[in-house]
Amino acid sequence: MNESLGHIFLDAFLINNFVLCVFLGMCSFIGISGKFSTAWRMGLSVMFCITVSGILSYYMNILLVHFNATYLRIITYIIIIAATVQLTEMFIKKTSPALFRELGVYLPLITTNCAVLYVPLMLTARNYNLAQTTVFSISGSGGYCAAICLLSLVRERIDLSDISSLAKGTALTLVLAAILSMAFMGFAGMGGGA
Amino acid sequence: MSDTAPSCHASTTATPADNPFLNGLWKQNPVFVQVLGMCPTLAITNSVRNAIAMGLATTFVLVFSNTLISMVRKIIPSQVRIASYIAIIATSVTIVGYLVDAISISVSKALGPFIPLIVANCIILERAEAFAAKKPVVKSFLDGLGMGLGFAFALTCLGTVREVLGAGTWLGIPLFGPHFEPWVLFVLPPGGFIALAIWLLTFSTFRSWRAKKKAAATPALVALSEVHS
Repeated sequence: MNESLGHIFLDAFLINNFVLCVFLGMCSFIGISGKFSTAWRMGLSVMFCITVSGILSYYMNILLVHFNATYLRIITYIIIIAATVQLTEMFIKKTSPALFRELGVYLPLITTNCAVLYVPLMLTARNYNLAQTTVFSISGSGGYCAAICLLSLVRERIDLSDISSLAKGTALTLVLAAILSMAFMGFAGMGGGA
Repeated sequence: MSDTAPSCHASTTATPADNPFLNGLWKQNPVFVQVLGMCPTLAITNSVRNAIAMGLATTFVLVFSNTLISMVRKIIPSQVRIASYIAIIATSVTIVGYLVDAISISVSKALGPFIPLIVANCIILERAEAFAAKKPVVKSFLDGLGMGLGFAFALTCLGTVREVLGAGTWLGIPLFGPHFEPWVLFVLPPGGFIALAIWLLTFSTFRSWRAKKKAAATPALVALSEVHS
């Protein structure tokens, strides 16, 4: 596969948005999107984790193929991800203790965010080279960041309105996500020409 | 408040009931009650066949990892337990991946990356941490089986709504004759969100209705159920 970098960027950022079209990272998408200030920081942390672990697993995959041990892929990837998340956690703890407290349990749990594992799996399946890997990681995680920010902005407005207590919580968030997802379906046509 | 309520991982409300199997299947249903493992729930349920396949694959992983973790729970030092659990889970997911490939290539193609992504399914790690790490082997086995089948049941419910409305078929069998105009939205991503929202609303309506009915009988219980919800 020899996709152009621009096409990969558009595809991962808008057309096949990680959250709204492929359904990745739903847990944090629904759990942390209550406030915009936390949401965009969470989005950036996930972006950092995805980019670093994506590039690391690109090199790791070359190593695995070299030693003919591709059956170890899933285990290797998840360990790389766990290490990256640990690194991010240490970094945030040093630079911004306030943010560290705010993200709380969700920070170590980026490990079990499927969006992070999806990137190495896809770049193995599609045989991306290093440049494609980097663009795919950044644009895909950027799409996650954009989606979680959008949802948090909508939810901040919804908090002020009067809603039946039955619908409050997850169900309402899901309906909001459905509307956002419908909006993102509009981008589907962009893939054809590129 | 809404910040923390639907959190995926934070819910460790699983109360050990008498029967771990039924507990997972209904009372603590992973999707409808605990709202865990949303990614495969939404992504794979555009047809009943995929939903059942995904449910069974997850059940296998849950049973395998729960049993194994429960066996070695006394050997693992608590500092490295999460890493060990993930290694065990990743092993069983690798096995399932090869199994699905061997059984049906078309199913394996339809599920795509979501088979390896079972590793990142929060239900499995949650059950390992909340149940298998503390309970004997047989109970953990039953818990894994119950949770897995509960998950498969929920996926099938969701897949039914989406396939019947979105394609007019159930398990590939046409239901409405040739003049049915499929409601395509339901097999597309937004339909997944809407269908799950409808199921969650149905269940919460049912629960509040039952709580009200109990209220008539014993007022004390209601106060309790309101605290919980």
